[in-house]
Order: sequence, then structure tokens, then C-alpha cells
Amino acid sequence: MRILKSFIAAVWDVPSGRVALVVLGVFAALAILGPWIAPFDPMARTYGADGRLVRLAGPSADHWLGTTLMGRDIASQMLYGARPAFLVGGMTAIGTVLIGLNIGLIAGYFGGRVDAILMRITDIFLGLPFLPFIIVVLAMSGRSIWTIIFAMTIVMWRSTARVIRAQVLSLREMPFVAAARTTGASDWAILYREIAPNVLPLALVSTAFALAWAIITEASIGFLGFGDPNVISWGSILYDAYASQVMYRAPWWVVPPGIAIMILVSAVYFIGRAYEQVINPRLRAI
Amino acid sequence: MGSYILRRLFHMAITLFAMITLMFFLFRLLPGDPTATVISPALDADARAAMQARFGLDRPLIEQYFVYLGNLARLDFGLSFRTSRPVWELIELRLVNTLLLILPSMIAAYVIGAFGGALMAWYRGGRAEGSLVLAATALQSAPVFWLGMLAILVFSIWLNWFPTGHIVTPGRFPDPTWRMYLTLDFLHHLALPFFVNTLYNLCFPLLLMRSTMLSTIGEDYVELARMKGLRERQVLYGHAMRNSLLPLATTLPMILGWSVAGSVVIETVFSWPGLGLLMIEGITRSDYPVVQGAFLLIAVLTIVGTFVADLLYGLLDPRIVYR
Repeated sequence: MRILKSFIAAVWDVPSGRVALVVLGVFAALAILGPWIAPFDPMARTYGADGRLVRLAGPSADHWLGTTLMGRDIASQMLYGARPAFLVGGMTAIGTVLIGLNIGLIAGYFGGRVDAILMRITDIFLGLPFLPFIIVVLAMSGRSIWTIIFAMTIVMWRSTARVIRAQVLSLREMPFVAAARTTGASDWAILYREIAPNVLPLALVSTAFALAWAIITEASIGFLGFGDPNVISWGSILYDAYASQVMYRAPWWVVPPGIAIMILVSAVYFIGRAYEQVINPRLRAI
Repeated sequence: MGSYILRRLFHMAITLFAMITLMFFLFRLLPGDPTATVISPALDADARAAMQARFGLDRPLIEQYFVYLGNLARLDFGLSFRTSRPVWELIELRLVNTLLLILPSMIAAYVIGAFGGALMAWYRGGRAEGSLVLAATALQSAPVFWLGMLAILVFSIWLNWFPTGHIVTPGRFPDPTWRMYLTLDFLHHLALPFFVNTLYNLCFPLLLMRSTMLSTIGEDYVELARMKGLRERQVLYGHAMRNSLLPLATTLPMILGWSVAGSVVIETVFSWPGLGLLMIEGITRSDYPVVQGAFLLIAVLTIVGTFVADLLYGLLDPRIVYR
């Protein structure tokens, strides 16, 4: 918790980071409140006064972002779609960093054969084509939100592991590690009490970038039609619009999900970069 | 150097082998029976057993694995469930289609990104530069398929400048052949996906080059070049930019591998008949030999890309010592 507090404080000090934090906060609030503030049931079909389906209606006072081909309210779908973005993105980012951090720590610290084996394994995972792998797993074992999180985590931890390992390799030679060793601390104690706290900032940067990447990937999966059929996500809204083949008549259907993804992911990127600047002042633009 | 390359080649072979093995067992151990579409569960037990024997599915898994390895070594990816033609025949042209879309647009993205990023760092701090950073970040954060949808909306449907998809006008070449790449029609179809893919992939090299340049500009040798009385342009291109190219160059092959993997989405939006679309089609038609073949080829491209990246890194940076 303390590290999270200092993370937010550090990002808050960078102007672009502050804006990004506010944006992220607004999106998070919408994700939590979404189902309560959504004006309509996102799957309900809207019928007009004449009893006919209100198809592809443009934005209006009733339907802020218009309706879909099936007469569903797009604004409500957008509000419901914020939750899966955060849930899938967040869980994947956390899983990615937990695995990547530990593998990176162990490989970097113990070196030798342990390192060689762990890095070979990482290489194999680096060879896995990202999106195709996730899609194959989803196609084989069913489309659910948990399978998506699982499959994404499997292909994402590899880059975190590499970054953390490189950092541990240089930390390992630092005097404070030698000092800890002379006090008789065991390897595991040195690794998790002395070295781990020093790579934590880097792990947080990785978390931010993993989150950004996971949100985009979740949308891509939805767009390709492999999303959880029971969940409305921004990707699945775009899939519906694309599959309907009438999207050219309804730009209000196509534009909002992309804008939402773009703003949210940009905010996450800016937060990651702001924190990167704080922990590595060389990156600061003069 | 020679022994280093040999060792990397060996590692690459292990990675490839592990990938193939992983794939083989993944396709068989994940829940869901891929053969159900061909060998209908509605058949009676005897007929099913006969079918399974014909495909060799009654043998132990480990035996199937070695047969599979042997076939792969001869580029035999098996027969498509749907068309009963060799998978390799299907894949060949699809691979060319993917590369024709991805390679030129990645090269364009890196060239524009390198020069753009260098210039942005050179003229840093201005308002124009700040908005470019914001724009590039926003573009990078947008899903590429959405950019594609917007491009289709604006340039194909409203302005009617480009076709909405496909590689040539449908029906013009009933059987895909090499000749279709030599037509203007092909270029006309290539333009929009090329443009979108380039624009999207431009952001990463642009921002990377900019941040590398920012630290290079502060180096002593740039200051020295200036003091020697060289013109600004010579300092920028000959000294600062030249030395900033290394981190960028090393990311190219890996990003290339990723964009081949990521081509799934761009190909889907533009109905571009490449490997990615072939894989998606294979899944929707439950044609697993095709899925497996396409997936494997994408994986090979990714692995080879990473391998080349490592070699390039060493060639470009003499400070790296091979051990």
C-alpha cells in the first residue's frame, strides 16, 4: 500500500501524469457506477411510439449516443463496457507482473544454470505469437472472461521477466547486497528483502504498460468475435457494428468505443511514462 | 562472433522445437475435440473407430507426435479438413499476402519514425512538438482495427477513393496467382491497409527515437561536433541521429514478428487474405490443420525475427562483446 501511495504521489508531481491520473480516476468511477447510471438495459431493444424498433437512431436527448441496428442504447453499452476493460486489463497486468517479477528476480539473482533454463523458457514464450495464441486458446477451450485473462497472462509475463532480470543483474553486484551477505542473510532473504524492493519501481512501470496493452488486446479479442458472449465490452460493440455491415450509416456506433479505449490507454501510458521519468531522471525532456 | 552465431542458431532451434511440441500438445490437450467436425459424434462407434484409424488418431499420443514431427520436417502440414487439399498449398500465397502488407509498411513506419523522432528531439520543447507527442501516444493507444474501420468509413464509403477490402477486385482472379500482384488493382487495394498499418506502427519508433535522441543530444561528442564548426544539419544527421539509431534498429525484427502476429486484426478489418485471416477462417470453420499450420508459420516468423534482432544488435554496436 505504501508503495502505491508513493507511486501516485510521484506521478502526481509530473503535469502530464496528473492529468492522466484524473482521467483514469474518472474512467474507474464510470466503470464502478456504470450499471447504476446507465439509462437503459444495454441489451434491451428500444421501440418507438409506433411500436417499431428504433434502429440506428442518431444521438438524441433519450439516447445520448444513438442506438444500434438492434435498437439498443449505445451509451448504456459503453458504460457497461468499462468494467470488463478494467477487470480484464487489471487482472492480466497483476498476473503478468507477479509472474514476470518472480522469474526475473530468480533468474537474475541465481544466474548460471537456473538463469539459462529460465531464459530459454522465456525465449519460447517470446516466440508465441501474441494474438493468434490467445485466439487459439479461446477457440479450443471456450470463450470466457477468465480464459481471456489466463491466455493473456501466459503471453505477457515474458517481457516483464526480461526487464526485471536485467535490473537484478546489475543490482546483484551492489555493495548493499554484499553487506547483507556478510550479516549471514540467506539467498532468499537477500533476494526478497534487499533486491526486490529495489526493482519494485520498475515492476510498477511494467504494470502500467501491461495494463495498457491488455486493454487494447481485450478489445481486439472482442472485435475478432472471441470475447465472452455474456459480457458487453468495447471490443464487442465494435464487433457488432462491423458485423452488422451498416456501420457506414451509423458513425455514432463506431466512434465512441474507439475513443474510450484511446483515452483510457493513453492515460495509462502517460502514467507509466511519468513514473519512469521519476525513477530514471535521464529520461526527462530538457 | 562465429561461435556466437552458432550458439544463437542452436538456441533458436531449441525454441522452435519447443514451440512445435507445445503446439502439438496444446491442440490435443485443451478441452474441446477438434476432430468432432470431421468425425461426427453422431456416427456409430464402429464407423468412428474406422475413421480414427484412418487419420491415425487411434495411436498413442506420443506416436502421433513423432509422425507429426516427421511430416513437418518435409513441410507437410497435413490436409485441410474442409478442402482436403494440402495445408501448405493454402498457406503459401497467404504468407506472401501478409508479408506484402506488413513488410513495406513496417519499413515506411521505421524510416518516417526515425527521421520524425530525430527532428522532434532536435526542435524539442515547442508547442508543436508537445502536441505531436500527445498525438502519437493517442494513436498508439487506439486499437488498430478501429483506425481501420474509421479509414474505411471516411476513405472508402464517404469519399469512395479506395475499395473497402480484399486484395484484388473479387472475381477478377478466380484462382489466386502471382500475376495479381502486378496489377494496379492490387496497389489500389493495398493502399488503405498499408496507410493505416503504417500510421499505427509509426508511433512506436517515433517516440523511441525521440527519447533516445534526447539523451544523445546531451552527449559530449555532439557538443564537440558543434564546436568543430559543423553545420547544424551535419550535427543532426551525421552525429546525433546516427548514434541514436541503434536502439531503434534492434527493435525492428522483434516488432516485425509482433506485427505479423498482430496482422490478424488488420487483415480481418480489410478482408486481406493473409495468414492471420486464414487462421481466423480456420477457427470459424473448425479446420484445425489449417489453424495449426498458419499459427506455426506465424510463430516461426516471430522467432526468426527475434534471432535477427539479436545478431543485428551485435553488428551495430561494437561495444557488445560476444562470449
